[in-house]
Amino acid sequence: MRSPHQPAVPTPRGRRRAADALFFAALGLLGGSYVLLISLMLAADAIFTTPQHFLAALAKPEIQYAIRLTLVTCSISAILSLWVAVPLGYVLSRYRFPGKFLVDTLIDIPVVLPPLVLGLSLLILFHLNWGTWKLEDWLRQEIGFPVTFKIPAVILAQFSVACAFAVRTMRVTFDEIDPRAEQVARTLGCSRAQAFLRVALPQAGRGLCAAGTIAWARSLGEFGPILVFAGATRMQTEVLSTTVFLELSVGNLEASVAVSLVMVLMAVVVLVVLRSLGMEHGG
Amino acid sequence: MIELERVRVSAGTFSLSDVSLKVDAGKYAVLMGKTGSGKTSLLETICGLRTVASGCIRVGGRDVTDWDPADRQLGYVPQDLALFPTMTVREHLAFALRIRRVGAAVIRERIAELADLLGIDALLPRRVTRLSGGEAQRVALGRALAFGPQVLLLDEPLSALDEATRHEMYALLKDLQRQTGVTTLHVTHSREEARRLADHLFVIVDGRLETAAIDGAASIS
Repeated sequence: MRSPHQPAVPTPRGRRRAADALFFAALGLLGGSYVLLISLMLAADAIFTTPQHFLAALAKPEIQYAIRLTLVTCSISAILSLWVAVPLGYVLSRYRFPGKFLVDTLIDIPVVLPPLVLGLSLLILFHLNWGTWKLEDWLRQEIGFPVTFKIPAVILAQFSVACAFAVRTMRVTFDEIDPRAEQVARTLGCSRAQAFLRVALPQAGRGLCAAGTIAWARSLGEFGPILVFAGATRMQTEVLSTTVFLELSVGNLEASVAVSLVMVLMAVVVLVVLRSLGMEHGG
Repeated sequence: MIELERVRVSAGTFSLSDVSLKVDAGKYAVLMGKTGSGKTSLLETICGLRTVASGCIRVGGRDVTDWDPADRQLGYVPQDLALFPTMTVREHLAFALRIRRVGAAVIRERIAELADLLGIDALLPRRVTRLSGGEAQRVALGRALAFGPQVLLLDEPLSALDEATRHEMYALLKDLQRQTGVTTLHVTHSREEARRLADHLFVIVDGRLETAAIDGAASIS
């Protein structure tokens, strides 16, 4: 043991400062490289396209249709995702039940599966013969609601991927909300449903915004499953990701870049709007 | 009146067995025990948030052992308070009454009465996220007492408070008991609290519950 009268041994200040500088440089360089990559890609898109290309692309009725369809389908699939994600996230966060592990794993499948495979699986599900019964035929003939290669297929393809992300987000959200408050609510006379609706859900506002945003953004970016399950018919099932592909496949690089930029703008607007909503409600 | 008869609670690594206690109506009972001795689990069991392994719980003479927490009509203040972060103080006081579909005029009257009793009039419109420890404790008490329960269960209600606030709370808790006649079970590890508040004193020692003399609280480690 050193006697308390001896002075503390100083660490060399110069060396520590140099190490700190190096540390920040490493943080900046490694993290910054990715930020730079994204910025450069967007800049390249913007430089490549001209206002004329942009306006010409926006003037095409097919592209206008695709923009409208994209906005509508992404919003519907995001809303559907929330309707599923809130109860499922809550159940997974709060309760233990037999088969929970299996459910948990199943929900991750759309996240890790190549989206194309998901589209193919949807197609097969709707066209598989169960004896003499086929889901798509039943929907078409009995219900009058065709799905495959129609707009509902676009939404279902988007939803099947987006929902998994929304469920994960809501589960984490409820994990972070103290279940104790719901328990106290139950001692105050609440049913489980009342405790959920009055105490837990109001605290999940930010998580709801985040889950909605992520579901919307995933839907916007969805391409593979839509191509397989909904097709790429102009003025019918063409969403913006399909447009980029269709324009690219006929060699119209200018239009596909212009449409890509439209998608970037839409994504940014949605992100900003929902984030600011989330800030307001989340305090 | 609270009565436990040979109650056994097990949770994770520990278990409390053969717990019998009785708190007469209107009395203030203090339950002492070391951290991790199962005091909180016992309170949760009385609330109905935890199921008993065996035994019987009676509140006001009725066997509530298998009842839902909502039906037991107990005021419960957990250690972490668990206030509702999205609600104002006023909404906390109104909460249990709104659930019971009590009329707005009655709720207003009750809020005024409670706020006065607890000295939190000025806090009513505020959100609970920035209250001080003592203020939050009063709000949690008000929330639990709003529907007029016969029994109040307090889990370490004073442990997070500074010395001065704690002294205020001793007076407040005694005052509440006198004015509302609520039967109270107060869980703590502090001898001081037991000495100041208890009509009855119970101590958990090695997984068993014992009755102790109040002036003997000083000798319990």
